[in-house]
Amino acid sequence: MGQIPSMAEENMTPSQSITLRIAKYNPEHDSAKKFMDFTITYERWTTVLEAILEVKKHFDHSIAVRYSCRQATCGSCGMIINGKPRLACFTKISELNSNVITVEPMNNFPIIRDLAVKFERLFDTHHKVKPYLIHDDTEITSDTKEFLQSPEELEQYIQFSNCIKCGLCNSACPTMATDSSFVGPQALAQAYRYVADSRDKGKDQRLKIIDDSHGIWRCHFAGSCSQVCPKGVDPAMGIQLLRGYMLGFRS
Amino acid sequence: MRESIIMKIHYGTALAAVSLVAVHILMRLTQGFSESLQYGSVIANYKFLPYAGMLEIILILLSIHGFNGLRVILLELKQGKTYEKTVSYCCIAAMIALIAYGSRTIIMVNTGMI
Repeated sequence: MGQIPSMAEENMTPSQSITLRIAKYNPEHDSAKKFMDFTITYERWTTVLEAILEVKKHFDHSIAVRYSCRQATCGSCGMIINGKPRLACFTKISELNSNVITVEPMNNFPIIRDLAVKFERLFDTHHKVKPYLIHDDTEITSDTKEFLQSPEELEQYIQFSNCIKCGLCNSACPTMATDSSFVGPQALAQAYRYVADSRDKGKDQRLKIIDDSHGIWRCHFAGSCSQVCPKGVDPAMGIQLLRGYMLGFRS
Repeated sequence: MRESIIMKIHYGTALAAVSLVAVHILMRLTQGFSESLQYGSVIANYKFLPYAGMLEIILILLSIHGFNGLRVILLELKQGKTYEKTVSYCCIAAMIALIAYGSRTIIMVNTGMI
């Protein structure tokens, strides 16, 4: 756990202290983002989120940051850490190999304040692709109590169901930066997740939704979405597989 | 038209154009490069109808592919219904104008106007 320099300076070696640069910005009052520097000490296991909370606790209570589970499950604490979108709770200071850690709000999201961003667009696009099983027999009335699936069928989509909606992929996407109507890698990966599910019958509906001028075809396959995903999901691959359905290579 | 159909045309025109441009370049290799650009040689090519037809097809393929590519780039730069419709129609108009202008040369040569 990080400690305040003034409290623990005597026991700390210089290698255990870093400068945490936190972006401060309130759209209602500020014209531009500015950075505030805090010197904090850390242990090998200290995460960036813990460091931010330490600063918030002892130096600046006004820092706005969203977090919840602290174990890379809720997807709340996504931010740009040293230039790359990451989960603050899943990023240890020691693994960044830098004496200066810069934290900024995620790109391609409207800023609420400081490190907290609005998720409306992410949730809207996620909802748009119908992220649920569409099946005539969804309400089971017969003796059948489950939809059986083979391990091979599960393998088709299982990695895509690990998405925690943290928004890091959308933050890293270059098309999201220029096209405000683009569906985004998160929603497209989720569209693939359900299209590839053998229990789902909504393939045509979903393909129709993403087949517009700001849909799947605007992906440039930069692949940055897959590089930043903390859960090992590969949205870029999902998008290419979806294109296979649309071009007739897959059925 | 659905975007998937437009993109199928986009990819198809790219593949076809690459093949035909390869044939076009190979045809240039049958004579010296500078010789192939001489006035008489160019006119002769236009008068040879199968070759002129291939040049016309290349022109159409590249115009469709190029202007659709431009449309896609412009749609990414800015959004809005009016803007998007304007961009789409302008690209189609420019594509038709370019094809018409390119075809005009072949037609003029073959009707004896040049």
